[in-house]
Amino acid sequence: MNEPIIRFEKVVKRFGELTVLDELDFEVAPGEKVTIIGPSGSGKSTVLRVLMTLERINAGVVYVDGEPLWHEPHQGTLKPASEAHLRKMRQKMGMVFQHFNLFPHMTVLRNLTEAPRYVLGLSPQEARQRAEELLELVGLSDKAEAFPSQLSGGQQQRVAIARALAMRPKIMLFDEPTSALDPELVGEVLRVIRSLAEEHELTMLLVTHEMDFARRISDRICFFDQGRILEQGPPEEIFSSPKEQRTREFLHAVLHPEE
Amino acid sequence: MEWTRYIDPLLQGCWVTIELTVYSTILGALLAFGAGMGKLSHNPLIKALSVTYIEVFRGTSLLVQLFWLYFALPLLGELIGLDLRFHPVSVGVLALGLNIGAYGAEVVRGAVQAVPRTQYEAAKALNFTRTQTLWRIALPQALPEMMPPFGNLAVQNLKDTALVSLISLGDLAFRAEQLRNLTQDSTTIYTMVLFMYFGMALVLAALMGLLERHVGRWRHRRR
Repeated sequence: MNEPIIRFEKVVKRFGELTVLDELDFEVAPGEKVTIIGPSGSGKSTVLRVLMTLERINAGVVYVDGEPLWHEPHQGTLKPASEAHLRKMRQKMGMVFQHFNLFPHMTVLRNLTEAPRYVLGLSPQEARQRAEELLELVGLSDKAEAFPSQLSGGQQQRVAIARALAMRPKIMLFDEPTSALDPELVGEVLRVIRSLAEEHELTMLLVTHEMDFARRISDRICFFDQGRILEQGPPEEIFSSPKEQRTREFLHAVLHPEE
Repeated sequence: MEWTRYIDPLLQGCWVTIELTVYSTILGALLAFGAGMGKLSHNPLIKALSVTYIEVFRGTSLLVQLFWLYFALPLLGELIGLDLRFHPVSVGVLALGLNIGAYGAEVVRGAVQAVPRTQYEAAKALNFTRTQTLWRIALPQALPEMMPPFGNLAVQNLKDTALVSLISLGDLAFRAEQLRNLTQDSTTIYTMVLFMYFGMALVLAALMGLLERHVGRWRHRRR
């Protein structure tokens, strides 16, 4: 295995009394597609939010692309990261949120060009070209001048994916990207994510409850329980013959909810 | 006495009232913006300055502020050897602007804080700086939220201008008082003045409504 592009070392995250990540050890290889599953409150989304620097950690070290994310080397040890360091590290990642979080006051096109122009410093023409290519990729070329409020949830999420990709991240984080969608709109979003999964370079980390989808696109499934990875392995192994009782119970509850 | 004879002097007063309202509302909007953002600042000095300004001007009477700036400040200036006598119009605009600015600052702060946390998270994920997030993401969304309370404040400000007649500024209220002293025709004069303030308030409210629609254009787009 290559040097991992993401590595959690005994990472602890607490919200008050509640320990969400409990000395978590976790690795992702470059280009790997990993899906995190598990009961709510097990810390799945927190893993993504810590990576995107939306949540600080209480202990441990997170490495991204060989460098500590929340720390900087200082006289042989590590000190808390400066904003400049965090900005450099964020550049490597893009995130797609459960509720899309598009900017409602901008057209679809501007949602896609704003950060490339003002964060990456692209020219208006470059940013626009990049945005148009991505809109084509997600099948929304005709919606460039629409506002987010004029789009369906599925369309908004596809725009949000394109917006994250416009920054050319090495790592894409998907935080329950279809959980807020009406059932008939889930497919169009999953198709876009699936087409991305075929890119070998892109590392993908996905939190989802779409088990069939996870099985098809993932190299590895991690089952989270109480802030740790209880069990992980290739999809066929986890879904067909889980070793842990908790994994079996969870999969049974998700796949046969009526029983 | 014919009521039409009051029209000219009262209209002159209206013009002064309009000038005072426009200048002090603009000054107030700038102060509201500065102090509202200042209160959200991470810099403790800027924050303290903003909070002090807001609390002092919200917590004291406009009339007393007006008198203080007009009567007390020049005397204070004399003591320290500065000429701090200002034209009544300047004093009126300053007092009204400082006052409305203090109330407006809370409107600005509230509207910026009402922008959902998820918008800030999306901005962070796209690596915008704090300043860029404020100017490009938060403020454009907060602006339409500010407009209805700003409209209220502007109308409030228009009516508050009547107080400047007490520092002998020839606004509408001052002209009315002059005419009343001259003619004793209180009912006619004050009824006319009532309608004139009401008319100006209607126009002002309509203008603020237009501004509100303009800054919130994106909100009217629906599927």
